[in-house]
Amino acid sequence: MTPPSPSQSDSLVDALAGIVGARHVRTALPERMTYARDGLPTHRRVPGVVVLPGQRDEVIAVVRLLATLGVPLVPRGAGTGLSGGALADGDAVLIVLTRLNRILKIDPRNRLAVVEPGVVNVRLSAAAAPHGLHYTPDPSSQTACTIGGNVAENSGGPHCLKYGVTANHVLALEVVLADGRAVELGSPGGEPWGPDLVGLFVGSEGNFGIATRITVRLLPVPRAIRTQLADFDSLRTAGEAVSAVIASGIVPAALEMMDQSCIRAVEDSVYAAGYPRDAAAVLLVELDGGSDAAVEADAATVAEILRSHGARAVRTAADAAERERLWLGRKKAFGAMGRLSRDLVVQDAVVPRSALPDVLETIGEIAARYGLTVSNVFHAGDGNLHPNISFDGRVPGLKARVDAASGEIMTACIAAGGTITGEHGVGLDKLRYMPLIFDGDSLAAMRAVRRVWDPEERVNPGKVVPIHACREWYGSRNAERGTRNGFAPSGSAFRVSRSAFAP
Amino acid sequence: MSLVDRVRALLGSDAVDLAATPDGVPRVAPASPDAVALLLGTAREEGWRLRVEGAGTWLPADAPADLALTTRRLDKIPAIEPQDLSATAEAGIGCDVLRQQLADRGTWLALDPPGLAGRTLGSVVATASSGPLRQGFGPVRDHLLGVTFVTGDGRVVQSGGKVVKNVAGYDLTKLEAGGFGAFGVIVLVHLRLRALPRADQTLVLEGTREDLTQVAEDIAAAGLQPAALELMSPALARRERWALAVRFAGSAALVAADEAGLRAATGGRFTALRADEAHGCWMRAAESFATRPVTFRVGGLPDSSDELLDLLQHQVGDEWVSASPGVGAIRWGGETTVDRLRRLRRTLAGLEVPLTVERAAWPLRAAVGHFGAYREGAGPLIAGLRRTFDPGEAFVVAVEGTE
Ligand SMILES: Cc1cc2nc3c(=O)[nH]c(=O)nc-3n(C[C@H](O)[C@H](O)[C@H](O)COP(=O)(O)OP(=O)(O)OC[C@H]3O[C@@H](n4cnc5c(N)ncnc54)[C@H](O)[C@@H]3O)c2cc1C
Repeated sequence: MTPPSPSQSDSLVDALAGIVGARHVRTALPERMTYARDGLPTHRRVPGVVVLPGQRDEVIAVVRLLATLGVPLVPRGAGTGLSGGALADGDAVLIVLTRLNRILKIDPRNRLAVVEPGVVNVRLSAAAAPHGLHYTPDPSSQTACTIGGNVAENSGGPHCLKYGVTANHVLALEVVLADGRAVELGSPGGEPWGPDLVGLFVGSEGNFGIATRITVRLLPVPRAIRTQLADFDSLRTAGEAVSAVIASGIVPAALEMMDQSCIRAVEDSVYAAGYPRDAAAVLLVELDGGSDAAVEADAATVAEILRSHGARAVRTAADAAERERLWLGRKKAFGAMGRLSRDLVVQDAVVPRSALPDVLETIGEIAARYGLTVSNVFHAGDGNLHPNISFDGRVPGLKARVDAASGEIMTACIAAGGTITGEHGVGLDKLRYMPLIFDGDSLAAMRAVRRVWDPEERVNPGKVVPIHACREWYGSRNAERGTRNGFAPSGSAFRVSRSAFAP
Repeated sequence: MSLVDRVRALLGSDAVDLAATPDGVPRVAPASPDAVALLLGTAREEGWRLRVEGAGTWLPADAPADLALTTRRLDKIPAIEPQDLSATAEAGIGCDVLRQQLADRGTWLALDPPGLAGRTLGSVVATASSGPLRQGFGPVRDHLLGVTFVTGDGRVVQSGGKVVKNVAGYDLTKLEAGGFGAFGVIVLVHLRLRALPRADQTLVLEGTREDLTQVAEDIAAAGLQPAALELMSPALARRERWALAVRFAGSAALVAADEAGLRAATGGRFTALRADEAHGCWMRAAESFATRPVTFRVGGLPDSSDELLDLLQHQVGDEWVSASPGVGAIRWGGETTVDRLRRLRRTLAGLEVPLTVERAAWPLRAAVGHFGAYREGAGPLIAGLRRTFDPGEAFVVAVEGTE
């Protein structure tokens, strides 16, 4: 059992209960254990205390209390993050935001919505549907994940190819900082009041504070949609077909790929979508727009490109029901693969789209060398790979092999000009790879920015930036010159009015 | 050793031009990101204050400083990748040169910032100035995959990367886009491109502002997705009356369908422009803003566009105005005073609408600030970020004004 820590002291628990009600403070180990993971089997941490505020003011009161006591805190949405980002250690309080689940406003005229962070992604689109609108970022986890989690991770989804990721859809935020102050960032029209702090916050993985109110853009539900399924007898040709579609200038709404292992897992599950089991890969391509004729014409062009790049067959969903079935297979693919083995590591990396054919082959080689089953299901149009490793964590030594293979996959993606995460974030899992893509100054800059929001590094500590790899940032040099007080250095011939720089 | 001698010793004598600036401030043109870092590291040690310039066609090169750092020798395009629809360009490249090279490879940067065609890419990023294409393709930040910048004490920082999706680390690119150079000198930019559209059609309708505002609403309600939907004042459009310009870009089928949809939604009143006419129309409007002494932008909501235009008309006039009613953004150009701008900013702040001064002579810029009205609590964050990236206050930027 985890030893008691300051975060579990009776007085703290009582004070938390005084704010949110005793029912919403979880201290018993079995209850805390349900928050020990975020979907990634390789990381497990048991939080000291779990608290579930139900109102924005309760979040503020909880954060203030923790600030006074100097106790670390970790924000958490639905806990589907897959990078260890929403895990808290025994000395920290986990603030679960799922009770803040109100849709505060839908403004159809201006096509925006204001929500609390715990609203589940798919609920927002459902609420906007009567107005002919939807919230476009659609992570495959959208039936579970929260908009707050999406903001913190800058989440993507299949339809982000055409419509952009979360950052492109967030207009304004209310954020509770580490000291409990609430700040409002951005404006409902999307123009910032100064530098783009909304943009900076999105993707900060819970390190800059807790988003308590989120204003997002809604888009019209497209009037015309065509969904196509193309199958290939090699991964390479499927990858080449992706590049060809992208280079054609037609931007599909979505362009997803699944390999044979994934296809079979889906077809063996209750989500069987009719994907051809003998195909080495399938591409799911969706085109949408305002006019049926135009979408039809673009769909015909794309089908032609796919065929001329080696597709064995291209089939178009005949109706909405078939379309849903094709998509359900894709969106539930992780679940289906979960049945292949006891544990599944869902990896996340990005490569330039033209590198897909080579990188997919390299991943296959790495899997073979480590004797592991790797299945691929991913956002091909963005070059955003999800190589998924199935294994049984109880087998001695296997977890280490999975880790080593993941590391090699990351290295291969970086070598191809890519990066270590396209949507799941760095969290804990990718910390060790950060120095492979950023030098000491760039990492130090990130850390310094984090300290502007959270000087004590108390919100979600130990995530995103590997502190040991940061170069020193304005340590002694800064102190020596004493410029923080705002005196212009003496060598200058000019002085600009101080107020231009004052806090 | 004098300041100029020091810089010459650091970067070579050809990097310094003494007589170049109207106010006699020595102008330094580093030829590489490393040279920028070297210069800023020294500036930090010596306490020099710098203003950063691009081609000097947008923001007047008049901020009081010891040195002017121009990015104009940072003009390389290290990579254009048509297969990936991405490119990497140095910050001092002129937008016109970049556009041509991209077009030669079948690609397109869907940004049409105000100003002259030769404006540097870095200046567009630093000021986050998008144009009418923001309707269809979003603001400047949506086109950036990553940037490399140099801090006020000479550190080179990278953020983002070259791939179209990337959440590795905090997104510092967002701070540089629209930071007006207060958080670093942008030296290298990774761009998201689009394929050069096969079809590109602009149509124009003249009328009263009220009438055209209604037409713009009808277009939005019809579910059309134009690349641009811009309401322009008569002077800007060089027409008798206000003009609503609609641009469709994409595959031939898409553009044909949208054009038909436009005619159906608006009763066939628009006139289609020839390609050269369309080019001229958009270019003249963009360039006009570089000829007015002051330019600012305001960002409201689509349904407040009309009300905001009324307010501008009332407080500062509306001779040179361009508005994207579909996204609620308005750009204003003209002549005005410090007091008027301050008053307007206060009024707008009450309506939750930010006003950003894009260009003006230094005295006005310094007094009013590019920004100036912050929501509660944001000021300390911004000040903290400035200290982080410019601890010695090397950059002379009129961030907040003096009110
Ligand atoms: C089957 C499956 C499929 C997935 N598919 C996709 C996909 O297609 N695209 C994609 O991008 N991701 C995908 N994910 C990953 C994940 O669902 C997203 O990252 C999602 O946004 C996480 O939301 P959450 O509510 O579960 O957040 P959590 O996992 O609870 O938290 C994630 C991070 O956000 C922080 N956080 C949470 N709420 C707040 C808040 N209000 N303020 C500040 N910080 C906060 C946490 O501290 C943590 O660092 C998938 C995950 C699974 C399990």
